Amino acid sequence: MKTLRRILRDRALVAGLVIISLLVLAAVFAGTLATFPGDVTGFDPGARLEPPGPVYYLGTDRMGADLYSRLLFGARLTIMVAVLATAVAVLIGVPMGLVAGYHRGWFSDLLMRVSDVFLAIPQIVLAIAIAQTLGPAIQNVILALSATYWPFWARLVYAETRSQRNETYVEAAVAMGASPFRVMVLHILPNIASSIIVRTTIGMGGTILAAAALGFLGLGAPPPAPEWGRMIAESREYLPQAWWYATAPGIAILLVVIGFNLLGDGLRDVLDPRIRRGADGN
Amino acid sequence: MGTDLLRVEELSVTFGTEGGVAQVLDQVSLSLQLGEIMGLVGESGCGKTTLARAILGVLPANATIRQGRIIFGGEDLLALTPEEAGSRIRGRAMTFVPQDPVGSFSPLFTIGDQIAELMRWKSPDREADTRAYSRSRRRSDLARTLAMLRAVQLPDPPQLLRRYPHELSGGQRQRVMIAMALLPEPKLVIADEPTTALDVTIQAQILKLLRTLATESGASVLFTTHDLGTAWEICDRITVMYAGQEAETAGVAPFFERPAHPYTRLLLDSLPTGRTSLQGIPGSVPSPFAPPPGCRFNPRCPRATGVCAEVHPAEAEIGPGHAIRCHHPLLAAS
Amino acid sequence: MNAPPILVLNDLRRHFAIRNAWGVRTAWLRAVDGIDLEIGRGEILGVVGESGCGKSTLGKTIAGIQRPSGGSIRFEEHEIGNLSPSAGRALRSRLQYCYQDPGASLDPRWTIGRSLEEPLVIHTRLSHRERTARVHQVLEAVGLPLRHLALYPHEISGGQQRRVGLARVLMLRPSLVILDEPTSGLDVSVQATVLNLFATLREAFALTYMFISHDLSVVRMFSHRIAVMYLGRVVEIGETEQVFTDPRHPYTQSLLAAVPTIGGRRVTESSLLEGEPPSPGRLPSGCRFHPRCPHATTHCVSVDPALMPLPGDRRAACHYADNRVIVPGVPASPPAPPPSRQAGQQPP
Repeated sequence: MKTLRRILRDRALVAGLVIISLLVLAAVFAGTLATFPGDVTGFDPGARLEPPGPVYYLGTDRMGADLYSRLLFGARLTIMVAVLATAVAVLIGVPMGLVAGYHRGWFSDLLMRVSDVFLAIPQIVLAIAIAQTLGPAIQNVILALSATYWPFWARLVYAETRSQRNETYVEAAVAMGASPFRVMVLHILPNIASSIIVRTTIGMGGTILAAAALGFLGLGAPPPAPEWGRMIAESREYLPQAWWYATAPGIAILLVVIGFNLLGDGLRDVLDPRIRRGADGN
Repeated sequence: MGTDLLRVEELSVTFGTEGGVAQVLDQVSLSLQLGEIMGLVGESGCGKTTLARAILGVLPANATIRQGRIIFGGEDLLALTPEEAGSRIRGRAMTFVPQDPVGSFSPLFTIGDQIAELMRWKSPDREADTRAYSRSRRRSDLARTLAMLRAVQLPDPPQLLRRYPHELSGGQRQRVMIAMALLPEPKLVIADEPTTALDVTIQAQILKLLRTLATESGASVLFTTHDLGTAWEICDRITVMYAGQEAETAGVAPFFERPAHPYTRLLLDSLPTGRTSLQGIPGSVPSPFAPPPGCRFNPRCPRATGVCAEVHPAEAEIGPGHAIRCHHPLLAAS
Repeated sequence: MNAPPILVLNDLRRHFAIRNAWGVRTAWLRAVDGIDLEIGRGEILGVVGESGCGKSTLGKTIAGIQRPSGGSIRFEEHEIGNLSPSAGRALRSRLQYCYQDPGASLDPRWTIGRSLEEPLVIHTRLSHRERTARVHQVLEAVGLPLRHLALYPHEISGGQQRRVGLARVLMLRPSLVILDEPTSGLDVSVQATVLNLFATLREAFALTYMFISHDLSVVRMFSHRIAVMYLGRVVEIGETEQVFTDPRHPYTQSLLAAVPTIGGRRVTESSLLEGEPPSPGRLPSGCRFHPRCPHATTHCVSVDPALMPLPGDRRAACHYADNRVIVPGVPASPPAPPPSRQAGQQPP
C-alpha cells in the first residue's frame, strides 16, 4: 500500500509507466487497433504520401501504406528486439558479474578484462560490425545487441557483488556454512536486484535506440517488416514534401526511449533502500 | 551559586516526518550556571541530542519549535536573527564537540588549514581587528593555536598542523576537536557524546582533559551521554531525560545516592555493578509519534497512578538544586 | 573442573599481510599473535581489551570465519584449526559465533523466520514441519513473539535484533557460543534484559560462552574467568573477581583504573595511562606494553615476557607480575564497593 502510494507520487515513474503500458498495449492489440492491417506487408500505390487526416491518422508512406498501422505492428518488433536482446545480455552479464565479484582471483580478473575490452569499443560500432557480418535479419540484430551490451550488466553486478561481499550478513551466511551458490543466488542476488532492474529498464531504452540505428542503416529486419528505424531511413528522400513520414516513427522512438528512461529513474528512487530509509525519517 | 548562563524554558520541539509529527521535546526546562559541567543523560530517543542542537541553533530543517525560550547570557536566542546567532553566538560564545570527530573534519584539508579557517572567523581577537585578516592577528592566532594544541597534550603541534585528519588516531582527533571548541574562548561548550566512540583508557584521558580545560577557561560544559559512568566522572550536575521530557535534575552526589524519580532509580538499577542478576526496565520507550499523555514514563512506571496518565508533572524542588517532575517521587517515601 | 575443557587454544595466530599499492607485502599485522587458552564446559570466559587488541579476530578465527595462520584449536577433542571450511562445517555447527551487530548479520531482504530456518536447511535433514517447530521453540526461548517471524530485520528494535541473532545461533544446538560485543550499542535498560536472557539460555541449552566485550563492568558481572588482551596477546587471565580486585599486569591495572566507577574515585582525579596503543603492524620490541608501562625496565625493552603462572590458577605476561606493582592512582587494596553493590559478591 505504502509502496503504491510512493510510486504514484513519483511523476517521472508514472509518466514512464504510462508510455511503456501504451507501447505494450499497442503491440498486443496491433491487429484490432490498426486501421489498415493489410498495409503492414501490402501496399496501395493510389495512396502514396497522403498527409495525416481522418482516413490515414499519421499519413502514408512512399508505398501508400498507412503509417499508423505500420507503427503499431512495429511496436511488436521493437518490444521483441528490446526484450530479447536485453534478456540475453542480462543472462550473460549477471552470472558473470556475480561469479567474478564473489570469487576474487585470476578468473574474475580475466572476465573483467574481457568486459573492459568490450566497453572500450563504442557499442554501436561493434553492433554494426557484428550485424554486418551476420547479414540483415531480426535475430542477428538481437545477437549483435546482446553481444555488445552484456558487459554493462557484468560490470554493474561485479561492483555490487563486491560491495555486498564485505557486508556482515554475507560473512554470516558463509560462516554458517552456506555454499557459494546459495550465498550468491539467495543472498546477494536479491539484495542487488533493484540495481539490476533499474539498469535493465534504462538499458531497454538504449537497446531500442541501437536497434533503430541498425534498422536505419539497413542492418535490421529486411523489408517489408515495419521496423521503426528502417521507416525513418526510407523517409529520407521525402523529407521536404512529407514531413509526417519521418516524424511519426521518430516520435515513436523518442517517446519509448524517454519512457524507459523515466521508468528506470523512477524505479531507482522507489527501489533504492537507502533513499527509502531516508524518506521514512528513520 | 552563580548566575544562570543558559536557561531553557518549557521548550517543545516537533519533527515533521513522512510517518507523522514526532514530539521530540515536550516542555523541557534546564538551567546551566557559569563554569559548571552539566550532564544531559538518557537512553536513545530521549531527546538529549535534539535539545543540544536546539540550543546550538542547528536543528534539522523539518524541526519546529512549538513553544519555549532559550536564554543565553541574558538574551533570547530564539528571538535572534540567524545572522546574529551565527556571527556572535554559534562557534563563538557557544561551541560544539561532536561524537564523531571523523565526520567533522574535511578529509581534503590539513588540520592547520581547518583551524586557520576557524580562527579567521571565530578568533576572540576578531572584534578588535580592523582589517579583514591582519598579519598581526594571524600571528597571534597561530600562537594561540599552538598553545591550545599543547594544552590538549598533542605531541609536536607545529608538525600536527601539517597533517591530515586521517593520519590521526581517534583520540588525537577528539583532542583537536576539543582544542577547536576552546580556541574561540566560548562561554559554553556543548559536547555531544564526545567519548562514546573511544576506548576506555582514551576516554579517561579525554574526560580528564575536558574537565581540566573547562575549569581553567571558566567555560560551562553541556555534556550529553548515555553512559551514567561517564556522567559520574565529569559532571557537576546531571539532568536525566526520558522520551522528550526531563525527569530529574540533581548534583552528582544526590543524583546517584538519592535519586527521587522512579526512572532514575530503575536506570541505576540496570547498571552492571557486580550483582548477579540485573533488573532491566520492562516495556520499551514510547514512540514519539504517539507519546502517552501526562508523564511519558507512566506506562512503565511501577508507581504510576491515574493522575500520571493525565497531568504532565510540574517541576518540583525537593532539595537544593534537586528538582524532579514526578507525582510520586521516591524521596517522600524514605 | 575435572571434565576436559571444551576448547583449547595452543599458540593460535592470525596474521594479515599489509600490502602496498602494488600488492607487495610490506609487513604483517599480527591481529592474534600466539594465544594459549582453555575454556571449561559450562564456563563463561570474558575476553576484554581495547579496539585493535585482536579480540574480535580471535573470536572469528575460532569460529572458522578467519583461517588461523598457525597454532591449534581443539574443540570438543577435535582439532578444527587446520580443517578446510567444508570439513570443519559439521564440527563447527556446535561452535557458533554471534555477531556484534545482529542487525547487519541478518539478510535485509529475508524475513526473520527465513533467516532462522536457514541454518537448519543447510545443516540438517529435518522436514519443513520439524524445522518450523524448532524455530518456534527457539524463538520462544529468546522471548520473541511468533509474529516477528514475518518481519524484516529493520522493522524490529536493536534489543530484539540481539535476540534474533542469538536465536539463529541457537538453532543448531551449539555447545559453545562466541558472543562478540553482545551489548554494545544497547541502552542500559535493554542491556540488562539481554544479559539476563544470556544467563537464562545458558541454563536452558547447557551453553558455554566466550564473551568478547570492551565493557569491563558487563564482563565483571557476567564472566567466571576473564582474559585481558593487548596487541594480539593475552596479558592476563584468571578468575574474574581476582583479576578485578588484584590485577597483576600493569596494563590490566591501567585498564581497570580507567573504568568509571560510580561512587568510586573519579578517574579524572587520578593519574592515567598515557598515550595510545601502537599499531599491531609495528609492534614494539620486548614486552609489547613497555612503551606505555609506568614500570618498564631495560629488561622489558629487550625480553618478551611469557604468560607466567601465578598462585590461584592465574597467569600474567609481565616480568614483575609476582611482585606487587602499584600504579599511582590505582588503590593498593580493592576499592570500596559502591553503595548499590552487595558485599556478598566479594570474594574472600
